[in-house]
Amino acid sequence: MGEGTGDIPMMEFLNMGGYAGYVWSSYGIVVLVLYLNMFFSRRRHQALLRRLKRLHNSTDNNES
Amino acid sequence: MAMLIRDLRIAFRQRAEIMLPVIFFVVVVSLFPLAISPDPAVLKTIGPGVIWVAALLSVLMSLQNLFRSDFDDGAIEQILLSPYPGALLVLARVLAQWCVTGLPLILISPLLGLLLHLDFHIIKVLFVSLLLGVPYLSMVGAIGVALTVGLRQAGALLSLLVLPLYVPVLIFGSNAVVSAAKDMSYNGQLLWLSALLVIATTLGPFVISSALKVSCSYR
Amino acid sequence: MSKVDKLWLWFHRMASPAYFYNIAGRLLPWIAVATIILMLVGSVGGLVYAPADYQQGDGFRIIYVHVPSAWMSMFVYMVMAVNSAIFLIWHIKLSDIVARSSAVIGASFTFLALVTGSIWGKPMWGTWWIWDARLTSELILLFLYLGYIGLRSAIDDRRVAGRAAGILALVGAINIPIIHYSVVWWNTLHQPASVSKLDNPSIELSMLIPLLSMALAFKLFYLFIVLVNSRSELLEQEKRSQWVKELVTSQ
Repeated sequence: MGEGTGDIPMMEFLNMGGYAGYVWSSYGIVVLVLYLNMFFSRRRHQALLRRLKRLHNSTDNNES
Repeated sequence: MAMLIRDLRIAFRQRAEIMLPVIFFVVVVSLFPLAISPDPAVLKTIGPGVIWVAALLSVLMSLQNLFRSDFDDGAIEQILLSPYPGALLVLARVLAQWCVTGLPLILISPLLGLLLHLDFHIIKVLFVSLLLGVPYLSMVGAIGVALTVGLRQAGALLSLLVLPLYVPVLIFGSNAVVSAAKDMSYNGQLLWLSALLVIATTLGPFVISSALKVSCSYR
Repeated sequence: MSKVDKLWLWFHRMASPAYFYNIAGRLLPWIAVATIILMLVGSVGGLVYAPADYQQGDGFRIIYVHVPSAWMSMFVYMVMAVNSAIFLIWHIKLSDIVARSSAVIGASFTFLALVTGSIWGKPMWGTWWIWDARLTSELILLFLYLGYIGLRSAIDDRRVAGRAAGILALVGAINIPIIHYSVVWWNTLHQPASVSKLDNPSIELSMLIPLLSMALAFKLFYLFIVLVNSRSELLEQEKRSQWVKELVTSQ
């Protein structure tokens, strides 16, 4: 890949030519924020399903 | 027209409402030399920006009460139900508001320009830029007020809603004056201000009356 | 049936809550898979295979998340504005739901554009923040999003909130070109001597593919989020209806 610096290719990749902190924190925060969005969206959906199930089950019981 | 006169009459009765934004304007501008430096050279540089920002904040402050009292006693619904086009009545209301609060701000701005050691020809440009810009601020601000009038924390939310919309006018208005200070052309900026004002005045009342209708359905 | 009738019928069915809920639910896994694949392609392409920039070295690779974030922040706002218009004019409830479901993810993309832009700027300009045209516009866009979210949550009545926030979204959308133009104009006045480092140099194919891949991945991710949120909103709004009842008790 790059010039021969003696580093194994993987280390060089992770080091990002010296910009490691910047590049990885950027990608990291993107992954984090997107993951959080997905997590909270799905959690809300599942919680709603559970709540509505309880609601309708109890009203069914009351009706019957 | 009758509506306009009535609004003006009511507004003038509330003297405090007129004075408060103006006093606020003067106080805020006065804070900057205290906070930064009384050096005339520095004040000349920051002067236009400071006056513009202070004017913006003063307009925002004065808008809080724009529709509130009407809203509380149901007058707004009356207005919207009347046979006259809602947009026209709204225009009258905003115009009255501007006469009472915006106009005094504009009129006192030359005095503040002197406080900040601005040269006379710069003050002229400042005056014109505010003359074109403050009505825009009133109209667009009124949109925000119409959307939040029924809410509890209307004030803070109003600022958040409206400030992004104020940015273009702030940029062009302030920059017109700064350009004048540097002996550069400022006509482009003033043209922009005029264009924005025209757009706001033509579309604004319709948006405001729609927003009022929405707010009224929320009680 | 004529073509127009068929289209109208499809449109009507789509707007029906139960149908939409169903279709959305079935699409979700596929969208998720496609998103992940595209993100991997984009990330690997951007981090490994694309060449490092001549001036900026490997730090340049942040572009593969910064630019798609910025694109999405604008795109989502447009979607919100269009759907708000549809809701205000034709009263189609689903449009309001889509608009509401898009707000937080849109704000997230704007936030990401700001943060990645800022991080990118540190090694390039030496400061954590710079008032350049794009970042400043993104900041104002973030305020527009926050205002929308704030207004929506301040109004309890769902329908009224939708209409009020819808008006706000439209006013904001009309203003965005004006705001952007004024900020760009303002920025060119105060531009330091060097060219803004956020300007993209000439794009080669090896750079373009990861970029487009990430952009598409972000779009699909947005679609995923909107569908999940919309399904939640539908459940919430229609909780007493028959189809929800059947859906929930059958699980």
